[in-house]
Amino acid sequence: MGLESDVLVIGGGLAGTTAAISAAREGADVRLVSHKKSTLRQSSGLVDALGYVPKREDGESDLGSGSGSGSGSGSERASESTLRGPVVNPYDAIEDLPEEHPYSIVGSEAVAEGFALFDELVGDAYRGGHTDSNALVPTFGGTVKPTARYPAATAAGVASDERPMFVVGFRSLSEYDAGALADGLSASGVPFPVAGAEVKFAEAFRDDAKITRFARALDDDEPIDGVPARKALTTAVEPQLAEFADSVADASDIRVGFPAFLGEDRADQIREELGDRLGAEVFEIPMGPPSLPGLRLEDLLLEQLDAAGVSFETGVRAVDRTVGTDGAVETVVVDRNGTGVPYAADAVVLATGGLIGKGLQSDRKRVTEPVFDCPVAHPADRYDWFLDDAFGDHPFARFGLATDNRLRPVDPSGDGEPEYPNLFAAGAVLGGADVAREKSASGVSLATGVVAGRGAAAVANDTTLEANR
Amino acid sequence: MSNHQPPCDDDAVEPIEVFPERELDLRAGADACYKCTTCETSCPVAAVDDEFPGPKFQGPEQWRLKRKEDADIDDSILSCSNCLRCDSACPSEVPLAQMHNEARGEYVDEQMNKLSREYLRNRILANYGLLAKVGSKVPRLVNFVMGLSVTRKLNEKLLGLPSEREFPAFATQTFREWWRERGGAQVESDDKRVAYFHGCYSNYNTPEVGKAMVRVFEEFGYEVLVPEQRCSGTPMFANGMLSDARRAAETNVESLAAAIDDDADIVASCTSCSLSLRKEYPELFDIDRIDDVSEHTYEALEYLRIHEDLESAVTDAEVDHPALAYHAPCHARNQGLDRQAVELFREVDGVAIEDVGDSCSGISGTYGWKAEKYEASMAMGEEMFHHMEQSDGEVGMTECPTCAMQMEHGTGYEIKHPLQVLEAAVVSE
Repeated sequence: MGLESDVLVIGGGLAGTTAAISAAREGADVRLVSHKKSTLRQSSGLVDALGYVPKREDGESDLGSGSGSGSGSGSERASESTLRGPVVNPYDAIEDLPEEHPYSIVGSEAVAEGFALFDELVGDAYRGGHTDSNALVPTFGGTVKPTARYPAATAAGVASDERPMFVVGFRSLSEYDAGALADGLSASGVPFPVAGAEVKFAEAFRDDAKITRFARALDDDEPIDGVPARKALTTAVEPQLAEFADSVADASDIRVGFPAFLGEDRADQIREELGDRLGAEVFEIPMGPPSLPGLRLEDLLLEQLDAAGVSFETGVRAVDRTVGTDGAVETVVVDRNGTGVPYAADAVVLATGGLIGKGLQSDRKRVTEPVFDCPVAHPADRYDWFLDDAFGDHPFARFGLATDNRLRPVDPSGDGEPEYPNLFAAGAVLGGADVAREKSASGVSLATGVVAGRGAAAVANDTTLEANR
Repeated sequence: MSNHQPPCDDDAVEPIEVFPERELDLRAGADACYKCTTCETSCPVAAVDDEFPGPKFQGPEQWRLKRKEDADIDDSILSCSNCLRCDSACPSEVPLAQMHNEARGEYVDEQMNKLSREYLRNRILANYGLLAKVGSKVPRLVNFVMGLSVTRKLNEKLLGLPSEREFPAFATQTFREWWRERGGAQVESDDKRVAYFHGCYSNYNTPEVGKAMVRVFEEFGYEVLVPEQRCSGTPMFANGMLSDARRAAETNVESLAAAIDDDADIVASCTSCSLSLRKEYPELFDIDRIDDVSEHTYEALEYLRIHEDLESAVTDAEVDHPALAYHAPCHARNQGLDRQAVELFREVDGVAIEDVGDSCSGISGTYGWKAEKYEASMAMGEEMFHHMEQSDGEVGMTECPTCAMQMEHGTGYEIKHPLQVLEAAVVSE
């Protein structure tokens, strides 16, 4: 039989990738399967650890807010009653999380290990690894977001930097409004003058041209009405930038923020060239999907999977499993466009995502985990799954698998014995965290990915030892 | 049961009939689209053709628009090359390819002028198998005539075929002729049996691929059947010729289902053929045993990897082979097969293989064979050509016959099929 590996990882997002590389580093032969293209391409490219935590019952607010900012942030607005933050140091705040939170289960050491692995994998493409503290990065919604790691392309935009900021927008690019973005930043109390303006550049493109189209034009420095794209872009920005320069005290030290479309393959070169032409440091403001920073991170991590010797394939969905007499998962059945193909493995990591990523499914009556049928705890009445407040503390956000301390799924109403001795879970499929409100999605994926990957490799190595005996 | 029952009551609520029963209801797919536009960033056509509104429009939006009876299908649907990248990218399981195929079929049936040059040309391209059947009777003559520059100019003027392209040469002996001449299967087995779906191209143009497939499977002890078959239908779906495709599918399903009854699984050497049998058939047609055929179909290398210890077999092998620049066809990607050749052959001594990146080759079956699409086709392929030229060797490798054509056209490289490399590695002389 051919499709065998020591460790099989199901899911190609941040958690799956981290688990696969961690397992491979333990010497396991690893295969990763993913149903669709990685969801990293929908992500902002920011890698968060923990930005907000539940309010303490005693009403204490010792964590305060970093740099006096954050009061205008969406999360803050959404959660005034139950959350506090932005958290300055995520590691200090972990103890304030409930005990079923994945961070509480794996511990802050695992969180640090997850980030250390990430730093190593992405090299100088990312910043923020020099400190445990969160950085505050402007978002396209005009807020600042507490994040642990941010792309090098975004570095010059951090809110703790006091240089004047000019934000560029384009009328035909409806994703964000530069003026509103700048107003939002001002209102959130950033310690620098900021203004935004829309400039003419994108008019040469089709009305509904995608940001990837702009990126490609800049990558190739394609002529736009006869002028090379990079030059055309800076020419469009210059007059508005000059106006802003007149309004600030120190015009020699302005930084200029663009929507994150400054090239896919030659991003560093483009940023540098635009900066030289404008006489200012240029940075990118992360955007919603489809996201160039997300696409770049996906490319980077795929390269790392390849370098780690991990086999991987996308376009295939895990649909079922077979179980051996010892109760362990024997094979995972994968659907390849209608044909069911069994993949045998000594240990399996489930990193298929939560309700949004479709690793969990729900109908009107129940929430299920479809591949291994692991139980998911939730109130019997579905009207108790959510609140009326759209930005509130929704129970459904915490739905997911319960695990033992090695991240093996257990029945939440049972005795704590793992469902399968060789199945581990990582990332958003785990319950206990409201990663969207906490801003902890990436960190949960990294930390649990490392622990699950290593756990799976340990099971596989043990089996290998037995086999060799 | 009444429709006024509370919706959450139990599982037995009867669905409300919104659309006429015979019509394919794609509403669930259209509703599932939350407009994240990931499909558009994956679309190779949208990347080079500013006029093309992209897969999100062609799929869910076009479907919604045509619910209104007076709305025609937008003719931009003909610019979709059927690469299926949008299908692989969608995080929400919108059946984009199915929607595109349906829309294209309806456009061609109801809106296209059947006397137009474009329709005629598309019909000829879609039915390449028929053309090949005639042409391969006198391969040398046809190859000579089609190679003449005057023929190519004429083809462009009369049929809208790009004069830049060289018509693929017909083999002097088809695969099926070879199969008959050697007396059919050389291995008999009751428990290891496969039915080979060779498709048009390896029959008429590259029988060496089919021969390699047979020799490799026989080496592993398989009895190979070569059932009657027609074109898989891929070029027909891609040109909206759904009734042509249905006729071909009916023949194929009947013949392949009979092979399944003889305890055979179906293997194909062309990734578009395996994709068509597995995915597009059950999405588009309701033919007896069509799901059976879908469930039993595999790509040839995939099948061996599942059922044999192929890795050990190739690890023990030693081949003296020039370095290979590998391109994964879009249709291999859609089946999760884009990495298998690279992962397998990097274990083989003497074979150096390099993946030339994830761009589409740009030819996409018949798309690049249309004069008005030629430029876009070459623009899409540019990244692949560039990577191929940067790679060590001057031999390319891919599973898809038209990708192979494009690779050769853009770089002048000789192109191999993974089965030919596998043959060199595992078949004893």
